[in-house]
Amino acid sequence: MLISPGETAQARLIYKGAEAEIYLQDWQGELVVRKSRIPKPYRVSELDESIRRMRTAHEATMMHEVRKLGVPVPTIRHIDPESTTLIMDYVRGPTLKEELYKLSMSKRRERCNSLGNIVAVMHEGGFVHGDMTISNVLSEDGKLFMIDFGLGDFSNEIEDMGVDLLLLNRAMKSTHYSFHATLFNSFLKGYAKTIGKRRARETFQKMREIEKRGRYFERG
Amino acid sequence: MIDNNASKYASEAYCSISRSPFTGDTINATHDAIAYFKLTNHFETLFWLCSQSLAAIALYCLGIESTAHTFGASVVTDTGRILSDSRDVYASAPGKGIHPREAAEHHSEVAAGVISDSLKRAGSVKPSELDGVGVSLGPGLGPCLRVGATVARSISAFFDIPLVPVNHAIGHIEIGILTTGAKDPLVVLVSGGHTAIAAFSGGRWRIFGETEDITIGNLYDMFAREIDLPSPAGPQIEKLAGKSSHFLTLPYVVKGNDVSYSGLLTASLAKFRSGAGLEDVCYSMQEVSCSMLAEAVERSLAYTGKKEILLTGGVAANKTLKEKLEAVAGLHDAVCYVVDSAYTGDCGAQIAWTAMLALQAGLATSAHAALVRPKWRLEDVDIPWRNSAS
Repeated sequence: MLISPGETAQARLIYKGAEAEIYLQDWQGELVVRKSRIPKPYRVSELDESIRRMRTAHEATMMHEVRKLGVPVPTIRHIDPESTTLIMDYVRGPTLKEELYKLSMSKRRERCNSLGNIVAVMHEGGFVHGDMTISNVLSEDGKLFMIDFGLGDFSNEIEDMGVDLLLLNRAMKSTHYSFHATLFNSFLKGYAKTIGKRRARETFQKMREIEKRGRYFERG
Repeated sequence: MIDNNASKYASEAYCSISRSPFTGDTINATHDAIAYFKLTNHFETLFWLCSQSLAAIALYCLGIESTAHTFGASVVTDTGRILSDSRDVYASAPGKGIHPREAAEHHSEVAAGVISDSLKRAGSVKPSELDGVGVSLGPGLGPCLRVGATVARSISAFFDIPLVPVNHAIGHIEIGILTTGAKDPLVVLVSGGHTAIAAFSGGRWRIFGETEDITIGNLYDMFAREIDLPSPAGPQIEKLAGKSSHFLTLPYVVKGNDVSYSGLLTASLAKFRSGAGLEDVCYSMQEVSCSMLAEAVERSLAYTGKKEILLTGGVAANKTLKEKLEAVAGLHDAVCYVVDSAYTGDCGAQIAWTAMLALQAGLATSAHAALVRPKWRLEDVDIPWRNSAS
């Protein structure tokens, strides 16, 4: 059965992201999420189509693979490369970014610590997320789910893992600047606990190295 | 936009609105001074208003820019009037980039002339009439920065005028906001020195995305230099790109809200050297580089929920980039402001205006504390004069 955007009457737009529109809809008697990657007018059509198709198929593959490792992700139900659409389980939010504003400091540490575990499991299994921000983590009653694997990749490169840490650190810094150090340290603790202190230190040092490649980075 | 009727405006400012540097309130300088004092009991503001009335002029600030190839000087008033904006640009040899020492030598030679010119055009302002001297202390090329810093320190010490350090990138943002009227934008700063996406939050400009290696300006410059295109590279590449619509596959690298251009540079050069048409390579490289940035901007826009985009920096002159960011804005009910080309490139006005804001926020410093900072990041600068919208 093919799904094209707008086919189901009761579909409700719940989120409009940068890449995709997220709909809540009925599908074979269940409430599911439909993620449709929409064409971008700012890309030439050849480029746009290949990017959307590739990311859709790729995201489904990634989610399926990391799930086998035990990384909590919504289950993929259906893939339609033609309309660049995925159907998956509905995970109620909020995003970790929103939730962190409301939590007590100890709960914040707890959340970031368990995010560290999850990311470590993913990295240990040879996967990187590629868009690792706190908006791409959903928290349903305190249980974390990772979403948005469109930029993810199979990788054992410490470089790619360093990028994940860098993006996460930046996301924490830009929105939760008053306590971002606490968040990131808790994340690192959880990360090191699962992946081992040596690997964690290597990845963290790689993150620092990548930061320094940027043009403006004051040393010392 | 440059105003040569400085004296006329100066007398206008006398009987119009002034803003207290202490409280930030706006007050009609001549009529409401007593009323304002009765309301607030704020002595400093009353004295300040009296001194304003006696002096009968607006505040003047000189700004000096010398971070890279441009030596610029400008005079602005506290009401945001740009009275002059003089500059002299170091031209590098064809096929070569900026040589820092030669650029610094150029700056030393033209400094006095450019500064006198800016004072003259501002309505023959005397150095002793200045209320502040702003200078960009970074980020930029060390030897170039030192010329501007030395000149500014000398003026400050000799005429006993407060010295105000300015971050060059913040200057781009502030002059952009002043000239476009943007309120709370997502700033896209693109130039030879920067490719960064920033938004204001919690007293600072925070970086939401940037290049992980070379800037978009570097990409164009280095491509042009490698294949001996005449300088400046940006307009050349844009012109060549306009002659083609044949898209070649090149690496498209977006990592979260970040971009990476080094692979695109290598691949574009390889394509050209393996026989692809120059127009086709320029077209494809421009398409891919601008689309990557547009996607990173769209992601940042979705992440921050801002409703304005402010495009500034030298590469803001690129039409393809402008169109793509306007399309991004359209998708998110946002407005896209593009800074006027007179103020997108490096100029004294960006420094003078930012220094004026900093001066009114009490950020003047002493000459021996004003050292150059070649790697000064814009997210490390406290901005006490701007209120967070969120």
